[in-house]
Amino acid sequence: MSLGMLIFLLMVVVTTVAAVAVVTSKKLVNAAMWLMVALFGAAVAFVLLQATYIAVIQILVYIGAIAVLIVYTIMLTRDPDEAQEPGINKQWPIAAVLSLVLFVGLAYFYYTLPQTDVLAPALEGELNAVSLLGQQLVSPNAYVLPFELASVLLLAALIGSIVVAWRK
Amino acid sequence: MADLINVIRDWLYNLMISWGASQDLAGFVLQVLGSILVVILCFVIVIALIWVERKLAGRIQDRFGPNRAGPFGIFQSFADIIKIFTKEYVTPTGADKSLFNIAPVLAMASVLAIWAVFPFAINVIGADVNVGVLYIVAIGSFGILAILMAGWSSNNRYALLGASRSVAMLISYEIPMVISLLIPVLLTKSMQLSAIIEAQRPWWFLIVAPTAALFFLISSMAEIGKAPFDLLEAESELVAGYHTEYSGMKFGMFYVAEFLHQYTVGALITIFFLGGWSGPMAASWPILGVVYFFTKTFLVYLVISWIRLSLPRIRIDEMLDLNWKFMIPVSFLNLVVVAVADRILMDLNLARWIYVGVMFALSMGVLLISLAIAGNSKPKVERVQFPTRPVAVSPQSDQSKS
Repeated sequence: MSLGMLIFLLMVVVTTVAAVAVVTSKKLVNAAMWLMVALFGAAVAFVLLQATYIAVIQILVYIGAIAVLIVYTIMLTRDPDEAQEPGINKQWPIAAVLSLVLFVGLAYFYYTLPQTDVLAPALEGELNAVSLLGQQLVSPNAYVLPFELASVLLLAALIGSIVVAWRK
Repeated sequence: MADLINVIRDWLYNLMISWGASQDLAGFVLQVLGSILVVILCFVIVIALIWVERKLAGRIQDRFGPNRAGPFGIFQSFADIIKIFTKEYVTPTGADKSLFNIAPVLAMASVLAIWAVFPFAINVIGADVNVGVLYIVAIGSFGILAILMAGWSSNNRYALLGASRSVAMLISYEIPMVISLLIPVLLTKSMQLSAIIEAQRPWWFLIVAPTAALFFLISSMAEIGKAPFDLLEAESELVAGYHTEYSGMKFGMFYVAEFLHQYTVGALITIFFLGGWSGPMAASWPILGVVYFFTKTFLVYLVISWIRLSLPRIRIDEMLDLNWKFMIPVSFLNLVVVAVADRILMDLNLARWIYVGVMFALSMGVLLISLAIAGNSKPKVERVQFPTRPVAVSPQSDQSKS
């Protein structure tokens, strides 16, 4: 067993345990912390796929911004003295069925994909993935429209938050 | 001799191969050894730095500083370390035990992990990832998380207040820091740290982009939470901030992480603006590059200490105003000016020294004009006057009021 395989298995176990713990832990803050562990596991998966840029962005966006925001929101809105709450409400059967359907669907697609054990051929020549990504994002032939739409969406969110917080 | 570190590395590698290890395993063992070596180096540096810092603080404040343990008090840090190891660990009632114990480890790790990508010399690099700059920014976010965890899990209102104040400051000062980091990336056209150093071989980025260097220094000082930005542990308001409840070596880890962070900021400034390992003869003698790197880092460290020992603590509203009303707009303006000027000057194909001169003038122009505008505009002071209340109130008068 190679080292990469060992790290992959470790990552799978840690991510799965953390993902289960997110939904089973009683305290909301603990659930948020487990969520961070699970997201970090996903970043490790990106590193193992040699997608360094996506791995770093995963950590920067999910752990650096979103997770801190979630923890902050929980701390500001809950009373820390009565943090114990039931982890399950009445909708759990529907949620369980939906997750099961999604899981079975993903597994089905994975097994029907051709040649999952064959490595893709290496790309030709030296290529700088990061600058290629940047060019694709602003190229009119590629993804400039979705990129600009995302910017507009973020701007709308920014203005919306200012309007909500405006002191009348 | 010129390439001491790689000679030792190759010798160890060949030794392990001759013992029958596979190439994968030998490479992995060398990586682990390298990481351990860097971590030990960091701790040794911190022990020395604590002494330097205290001696320097003493001299600047007209005191002697440590002078009892050994000549010039150089063994003072060792005495402190032994003392801190013997102290009791106190976990407050109602604390979230696991988070309480993970937080100092995470704080330490978030600083140490940055050292993984540092190029110490032309061929002594831990991991030369092609997104080095982003990696440094991303790892910094674990530090914020550690502070939040420490503050929340302590079950202490002062710790929680200190933590939320810290996080507010760290998140806001991350913006000018990242924008200033964009300028070396823009001038190099790569996020790889070795490429950034290579691009500064004749002219350091300190000369090409002085405004970015200054803003990076200021926002990094806020990130490490030292004076004048040490209001996150203002004793008179918050006891000690997020690590109020920590004792013994758990407190020690926060303390060491703080010191190491200051040194790490020195290393970052060295890499991004002072040419990293480059210097006379450094390319042919890599061991000299290591010496240059640590010397420059130490000099920046001394400058940061000097600033923080000379300035008083600023108020929280001043801290937020400085960031949101001055540093963020000006750093955006600076980014645009540098980007446009770089593009135009590159197309003109001028001599290198003219390019550097124009870039320096433009950068300084942006800084001076914005300083002049900020200095002339009188902000509308909106002070909320809270009714004063005596510190001690007798029960009768308190009841009558309510």
